[in-house]
Amino acid sequence: MLAWTIYISFLGGLALMLPRVPARGARVIALLAAIAGFTVTILVWLRPANGAMATIVHRSWIPSLGIEYHLAADGISLVLVLLTGIVAIAGVLFSWNIEHRSKEFFSLYLALIGGVYGVFLSADLFLLFVFYEIAIIPKYFLIAIWGSTQREYAAMKLALYSLVGSAMVLIVLIAAYVVAGAKTMDLLALSKFQFPLHFQMWAFPLMFVGFGILAGLWPFHTWAPTGHVAAPTAASMLLAGVVMKLGAYGCLRVAMVLFPHGLDPWSFTVLGLASWRDVFSLLAVIGIVYGALIALVQRDFKFVIGYSSVSHMGFVLLGLMTLSRIGLTGAVLQMFSHGVLAALLFAVVGRMVYDRTHTRDLGALSRMHLNKAIPFAAVTFVIAAIASIGMPGFSGFVAELQILIGAWSAFPIYVVGAGIGIAISVGYAWRAMQEAFFSDAVPESITPPLSPISMPERLGAGMLIIASLTVGLYPQLLLSLVIPALNSPLFDGLRKGHW
Amino acid sequence: MITVSYSALLRLLLPEVIVLAAALLVLAADLLIARTAQMRIRFVTAAVISGIGCISSIAQIVCAPQQANVFNGTLIISPETQLVQIALLVLTVLLVVLSIEASSFTSHVGEYFAVILFATTGMMFLVSTENVLLIFLSLELLSLSLYVLAAFKKRSSHSAEAALKYFLFGGMSAAFLLFGLSLLYGLSNSINLVQIAHAIKSPRLDPLLAVAIVMIVLGFGFKVAAVPFHFWAPDVYEGAPANSAALIASSAKVAGFVIFYQVMVIGFAGAEGSGDWRGHTPGWVPVVAVVAVLSMVLGNLVALTQTSVRRLLAYSAIAHAGYILLALVSHTEQSFIALLYYSITYALTLIGAFGVVSIVEEQVGGEKLSDFGGLSRRAPVLSSCMLIFMLSLAGIPPLAGFFGKFFLFASTLSAGQHTLGLLWLVVVAVAMSTVSIYYYLQVLKRIYIAEPPSEMRPIKVPNVSQLVLCAIALSILLLGCAPNLFLQWLQQPIRIAHF
Amino acid sequence: MTAFPFLSVLTAVPLIGAITILGLGDRQKSRARIVALLFSLIALALTLILWHWFDSTSGELQFQEWHAWIPSLGAEYRLGIDGLGLVMLLLSALVVTMSIAASRQIRERERLYFSLVLFLEAGLFGTFTALNFFHWFIFWELSLIPAFFLIQLWGGPQRVSAATQFFVYMMVGSVALLLAFLALFHCTGTFDFLRLSQLAREGQLVPDLASNLAWHRFTPDQIALFIFGGVFLGFAVKVPLIPFHTWLPSTYAEAPTGTTMLLTGAMSKMGVYGFLRIVLPIFSPQVRSMLTPLLWLAVFTVVLSAFAALAQKDLKRMFAYSSINHLGYCMLGIFAVASLIGKAAALTTTALTTTQTAALDGVILQMFNHGLTAAALFWFVALLEARSGGLRGLNDFGGLRRVVPIFTGLMGITLFSSLGLPGLNGFIGEFLIFRGAFPLATWAASLSLLGLLVTAIFMLTILQRVFSGPLNERWSSMPDLAVTERLALLSPIALMFALGIFPQLILGVINSTVIRLVQQVRF
Repeated sequence: MLAWTIYISFLGGLALMLPRVPARGARVIALLAAIAGFTVTILVWLRPANGAMATIVHRSWIPSLGIEYHLAADGISLVLVLLTGIVAIAGVLFSWNIEHRSKEFFSLYLALIGGVYGVFLSADLFLLFVFYEIAIIPKYFLIAIWGSTQREYAAMKLALYSLVGSAMVLIVLIAAYVVAGAKTMDLLALSKFQFPLHFQMWAFPLMFVGFGILAGLWPFHTWAPTGHVAAPTAASMLLAGVVMKLGAYGCLRVAMVLFPHGLDPWSFTVLGLASWRDVFSLLAVIGIVYGALIALVQRDFKFVIGYSSVSHMGFVLLGLMTLSRIGLTGAVLQMFSHGVLAALLFAVVGRMVYDRTHTRDLGALSRMHLNKAIPFAAVTFVIAAIASIGMPGFSGFVAELQILIGAWSAFPIYVVGAGIGIAISVGYAWRAMQEAFFSDAVPESITPPLSPISMPERLGAGMLIIASLTVGLYPQLLLSLVIPALNSPLFDGLRKGHW
Repeated sequence: MITVSYSALLRLLLPEVIVLAAALLVLAADLLIARTAQMRIRFVTAAVISGIGCISSIAQIVCAPQQANVFNGTLIISPETQLVQIALLVLTVLLVVLSIEASSFTSHVGEYFAVILFATTGMMFLVSTENVLLIFLSLELLSLSLYVLAAFKKRSSHSAEAALKYFLFGGMSAAFLLFGLSLLYGLSNSINLVQIAHAIKSPRLDPLLAVAIVMIVLGFGFKVAAVPFHFWAPDVYEGAPANSAALIASSAKVAGFVIFYQVMVIGFAGAEGSGDWRGHTPGWVPVVAVVAVLSMVLGNLVALTQTSVRRLLAYSAIAHAGYILLALVSHTEQSFIALLYYSITYALTLIGAFGVVSIVEEQVGGEKLSDFGGLSRRAPVLSSCMLIFMLSLAGIPPLAGFFGKFFLFASTLSAGQHTLGLLWLVVVAVAMSTVSIYYYLQVLKRIYIAEPPSEMRPIKVPNVSQLVLCAIALSILLLGCAPNLFLQWLQQPIRIAHF
Repeated sequence: MTAFPFLSVLTAVPLIGAITILGLGDRQKSRARIVALLFSLIALALTLILWHWFDSTSGELQFQEWHAWIPSLGAEYRLGIDGLGLVMLLLSALVVTMSIAASRQIRERERLYFSLVLFLEAGLFGTFTALNFFHWFIFWELSLIPAFFLIQLWGGPQRVSAATQFFVYMMVGSVALLLAFLALFHCTGTFDFLRLSQLAREGQLVPDLASNLAWHRFTPDQIALFIFGGVFLGFAVKVPLIPFHTWLPSTYAEAPTGTTMLLTGAMSKMGVYGFLRIVLPIFSPQVRSMLTPLLWLAVFTVVLSAFAALAQKDLKRMFAYSSINHLGYCMLGIFAVASLIGKAAALTTTALTTTQTAALDGVILQMFNHGLTAAALFWFVALLEARSGGLRGLNDFGGLRRVVPIFTGLMGITLFSSLGLPGLNGFIGEFLIFRGAFPLATWAASLSLLGLLVTAIFMLTILQRVFSGPLNERWSSMPDLAVTERLALLSPIALMFALGIFPQLILGVINSTVIRLVQQVRF
């Protein structure tokens, strides 16, 4: 049944390409498709399940290569599918004002969502890769056509980075397929295969980086801020909210599951690093601190959020590298949390502020007294900002909490680094809030009255806030999905009896 | 060996004969009857006759499948060769239909279609023989037809230049090929590939044989436009009439690759050597591997800087030749299937792409990248077709181009003497295909993102062409989504042939 | 105990109030303060009911609520109060009510203002009732946000930098606290304060930390000390201890006076409460091993802040430093209690218990007293500001007693209470603290006496400069307290007298708790 999330999105996208559909109706169709996908997810979620991998569709596809059309979901995929549904609906709501080529916009939008659903639900690696790439192309067009600042450059950069990443993934996938020699691309089957250690030692980092590029792994993150900034609101919401999660999901679901021994210590030490695990966790922490520091000095409001995404995704990667149940759980939760909150932040910046003021320069915004002009935006931003810096009660807290607990066991020194990152994040969140909304600067010129926040925007913002708050106050909702999934046989290799 | 009567031989050759008869009929009909009629009518009649000829030839092959090996491999008719012939004929039919509405470039209607059919005959012979002499003869029949086709736009100096260049390079390469073949004959005293292979088998590589290998690779390398024998390609692709260029780029390529494969694999069995990383031994495989790498790298890099779509397609063709040569390097049964799959879908895509280019050329007046600006708002259907073609060429799932690449790379990787010995080639190929996405996106960027010129009027797309292009686009999508349909059809005869 | 979830309801009341106020229409805007007052009074009434039902003979936790929340994270919804918690609840409810009563001058966006105040109250209640770190930390942080915005949006001219300083200090402290607790959880698998303190008493905590963190370069004690450092930083910033105090004067000065009352009256107690509830039961050995430096910090806090107050020209800043000073006594008492060695070793067990009990009794009493008195003082400043048009410099006034005698009288009482005049509430607390601290940490207590002296000096200076001396003609028509104001102020003043005369009102409630605490400290 969950497969319908994919089909509905693609069908919606196709329907929008029909010539008869009126341009005004496009957003309604897109909204309906997004809601339908979300409803399906909720229905599945309500059904009791044990969280382990459950097959949804399993058909033979290309038998001569052993490739199957195999969709399956476990708790982790379900969490991310849920996230996709939420962000998708919010994205449509925040794109309600798109007039320029709106049919194409929503069509590409739905195609992107369909691809994302597909990645999260694929249990066959070929299929996963297909969806992974499907998600990239609409992104390119969404940014290049409807974007702002340097849109073509940003779109191309994003596309090329993503594709370089996926090329790395593809190489490893094919190599793994050949090395396993079992004529199968099935994740479960391959995860049981013991790849030779020397193979894992190069395959793991290659694939991890390949997926990691999309997850904003430092120093391959540079596509993210420019991409986020250039993208139209809904696209940056999806980009930061969901697409970056594709990368992290790939790291966990494919790279780490297939090559658990790639994380084993090397026989030597370089600069105090003794395994790929050390390397990637170091990169993750650098990402956390670096992203936060850069966010601290940006002039462009959207760049602040863009770099904060890099910082927050660093937490996800750090969580993955802890290799403990609690750290991995935290990473998945952080994916959800960052997805919701980044979407919310971009919605505020892109839609509520930029679409009205036509500037994102913090200096210019500080002269507009936005907290009086559009108080709803100010309140929303404050909530989103404090939630994203890990205020207890919101989803970010439970996620970072678990990641840091996991990290205490693995690399105590990095916890301090992450702590510094959190402290800096307070700084940039505060600074952005201060300058954009609460500045006291005397208005230089009388700004024309800004249009009030519309109903779709309110709905979208409310939805995202409630999602974050619900998970923050009752994380059991998601934990009960994620933990059984991590205990399932799929993660046997990674677990090695640790948890 | 079997001896056959002429009537039996005629029956075996009936498909070729039908095409030849159609060619003559077209000439006669055009010269004798339709001479005074309107251009359009002449084109339609000629195309209909050629089309019917090709289709009945296909029907003959399908309805009366035969199997024969006449005169010691001079003529081989097997499911495998028939399959390739069907593919070639289908491509020809598509070209012919696309030619109907491209009526402006010549008044020699009969000759044009007749030459296309002659070329097709040449290709059909080419793929169904293991006799070196016949290979050369049919290759020349094909080449001469192609020279003529390239020059068909008589009033255009570009066309003449292209044809002359093509002719000169082609003549030279034919000389090389002939020289190589004669060396081979001298070494083996035979003109049958199988017997040649028997004769030259020795543990060490004879220097003369090495020369022959180089000569033959050079000769065929020219046909398939591989670096460093590619100089003709950009000019011919640019100067020749669109449909001629499409023929040169598509079905001629398919035939060229098939025979290249046959000659190398059958004729030089035992002299393969190995192209493995750190384990290479002399033979023809390393030579082809080097050519493949050069083609991929050079083709893709040079394509990045092109401003003319046709030249871009030409350099991309060089790159694709590089990918396809991987199949020769690995030369397993799988890789032959991959080669067929790849080259046929590639040919299909290129016919489509040239179809779009010719329409744009006719309507906008040029085929520079800038002439495609804003095409999506002037001709949405045409643009979507081009989108599919370009993405398929770039290897984006779920299009045929992606599966072709995947299959090709997977089969390459599973070959080689050591596990993953050919990984380096695949890495280069994947990396380069990532590069290629950049320039394919450049085309799409013009079409979808650039604003249309100020005096925007919708482009009138001829109906038949549009229909054909849509059909091609859909089939590429279908072949990508369900590659098994085509794969099964390819696999059966080849399995039979090899076992 | 009653099955009725008293504490949850208590926390929910201000939350509901806050949401109600946000939901008021534009027309009822002006009623925001009344509604807020109503809800705060309900909360106050509830705490009084709690006080009534509280079993003061038992030092155990009462009104407990205990539900599973996030099993995998050891997070539980666990509430409960002992005497300490009860006193803090009473104080919070009282101070919030006073603050709302004092916030008449808020004219701009009053709905938001009063709902933020109520949010803050909810945060306070949550912090003082939670017994599980996860749950507790939510409220601990939650209280920051409204405080931040109260300063940011309604503060004085320098409000932005003040709010920033406040927020950044608090967040850094919180992050340190959080990281330390995460390490604790990682090593022990529990977030429960009681469970943690039990582990500590059983001597299990340090080995657990050492084995799970496995920093081979450090000894277990060093690791424990490091973790303690994180927790300490979190609380020390909140209290604040010198040198973590620099956020405080500007924050108190710039915040609207109602908010300053909240900050000093209730929020600063969160830090002291943290020391009592968390640091002492869990980290006693670590406190002990760092005793001398910590006592020095307390002494510095007491003495330096007193001198700093003496140097101020702004009434609000003076009271701000005096706040630091008063809480410094609390810290002195707390650190002294942790010492079992040195001087303490010479005492018999009974005598030790008595002194420690006295010190802790004093600390808790001092917390309550300071909350009450400081809030009242700032209230007076607010009233003064309302009459002077925002002026509150030490030298801006003079001879006011002739113009506003009632005002002078009431504020005088409060000032005396603050400097610890016997008969008023301030005295008992400080007396008990010194009574306990002298035997345990003689040198520190003696040095701190200097602080008492200086406090007396600057309090009297205020009296002298503002109220006596020649009348500043500018204020000759200053109106005295109105009837409503008198009535409103009467209750805190009455409470000051009451507590000065019957300290048993508080001591009776906390005594068993303190005895239990003393038992817990001793390991």
